[in-house]
Amino acid sequence: MIIDTVNAIFSYPFLIRAFIVGILVSLCSSLLGVSLVMKRYSMIGDGLSHVGFGALAVAAALNAAPLSVAVPVCIVCAVFLLRLKDGSIVAGDAAIAIVSNSSLALGIMIISMSSGMNTDVYNYMFGSILALNSADTVICIAVSIIIIAVYILFYNRIFSFTFDEVFARATGTNTGVYSIVLAVLTAVTIVIGMRMMGALLISSLIIFPALTAIRIRKTYKKVIVISALVSIICFVAGMFISFNAEAPVGASIVIVNLAVFIIASFADAIRKFIGQRRA
Amino acid sequence: MALISCEKATFGYDGEIVLSDIDFSLYGGEYMCILGENGAGKSTLVKGLLKLINPISGTVNIGEGLKAHEMGYMPQQTAIQKNFPASVFEVVLSGRINSMGLRPFYSQKDKDEAHEKIKLMGMKEYEKKSYQELSGGQKQRVLLARALCAAGKLMLLDEPTAGLDPVATGDLYELIKNINSNMNMTVIMVSHDVHAALKYASHILHLSHRQLFFGTAEDYIKSGIGKEFMEGGTGYDY
Repeated sequence: MIIDTVNAIFSYPFLIRAFIVGILVSLCSSLLGVSLVMKRYSMIGDGLSHVGFGALAVAAALNAAPLSVAVPVCIVCAVFLLRLKDGSIVAGDAAIAIVSNSSLALGIMIISMSSGMNTDVYNYMFGSILALNSADTVICIAVSIIIIAVYILFYNRIFSFTFDEVFARATGTNTGVYSIVLAVLTAVTIVIGMRMMGALLISSLIIFPALTAIRIRKTYKKVIVISALVSIICFVAGMFISFNAEAPVGASIVIVNLAVFIIASFADAIRKFIGQRRA
Repeated sequence: MALISCEKATFGYDGEIVLSDIDFSLYGGEYMCILGENGAGKSTLVKGLLKLINPISGTVNIGEGLKAHEMGYMPQQTAIQKNFPASVFEVVLSGRINSMGLRPFYSQKDKDEAHEKIKLMGMKEYEKKSYQELSGGQKQRVLLARALCAAGKLMLLDEPTAGLDPVATGDLYELIKNINSNMNMTVIMVSHDVHAALKYASHILHLSHRQLFFGTAEDYIKSGIGKEFMEGGTGYDY
């Protein structure tokens, strides 16, 4: 039965595209997720996806290429949000809420005044595997590879920055640069991922695999590897469920992620319990 | 020339002065404790010495070929670190970040250095263990090893014994003293513990929004401010 499904999926070019882009986006988001979750920036993904939605609405109204508007806007917002320090006029979480809600409102306003709610808008909100044409696919693949390469090159510095920002600064690391690197990578990942996953669900690709991995392993490199594996496996499983049950793809992937997270949390709790009994 | 010195330095945030009249010099191999009540400006001074903040007036000078990013800093633990998934080796190795230059990855020399410092702190068997599963004293040893990896000639320790039990506190003080005498490492330590400070340090800097005392530990015991602070019994106030 699985083989039939696989054959069926790979007979559609748009599904092959969806698989390639989906796996790459899952990989990117899971790598960045560990740093964002550990630095308590989990909600930034959620905020940025709404910013992306607003930007895509503007692009649609102006007949501009979606990525050319959404990428720069998201990068600016990501840098702004990640660089907010304690003691700013508006606290970090509140700032995310403000940026996120206003972009969503702005996007909806522009849409209702121009084309009205149509399938395009619906797809941006909830995602669609049909959204990607072959030109989009090439861009997504190229961008994902760049993101992964930059992440690997900065891996050690991102670790230092995530684990102890003050120490990193004291030893001469320009931490401002790394918060910008992290912000830009996150923004771009969200923009390329949201068309398939939907603005409402893309941030879960960042948060869930990292949270699951943190419960399974306790050293950094292993957490990163597990996070990437969990993310890709959940994506593939979600796609199969979506295909077989004719369910929305974004929601299917998130539900698989949630299930894996719950199982990992139980396993972690049981292991801790046994560890305490022994000690 | 002194390894590190301040001349009439004033520090603060957003133009508001927190600490003024800081004037001291420390030479290679010396061990200085920064004493003072909570909020006296101890951590502010450490940030100033690390060049994380600039003095509002006066100067902070470093000499003897020491570079700003070659100070081994041991900050107080943050909430993020308590549950951070990282192995002891990964944490200690990150202390070598300042010797990477433009290289993206650590060299074998960096890794050897990290192994060596872990061994020096008696944490060899925990090298692959997760940092979050260690005891308080073990965590501090790991952060000390990381600071050693970054340190050329000077270490700055911000209340390294905070939250430790008396045995772990004593062990850590001995380790720091050994680093100071065996490796000729200059140590600057922020502390609450005046008795330990007088036992181990060669110099004392006492702050209360300004510099109340700077000199050798012997002179501090004889001074009025020293007597008063010791009788105050502020050995542990947490």
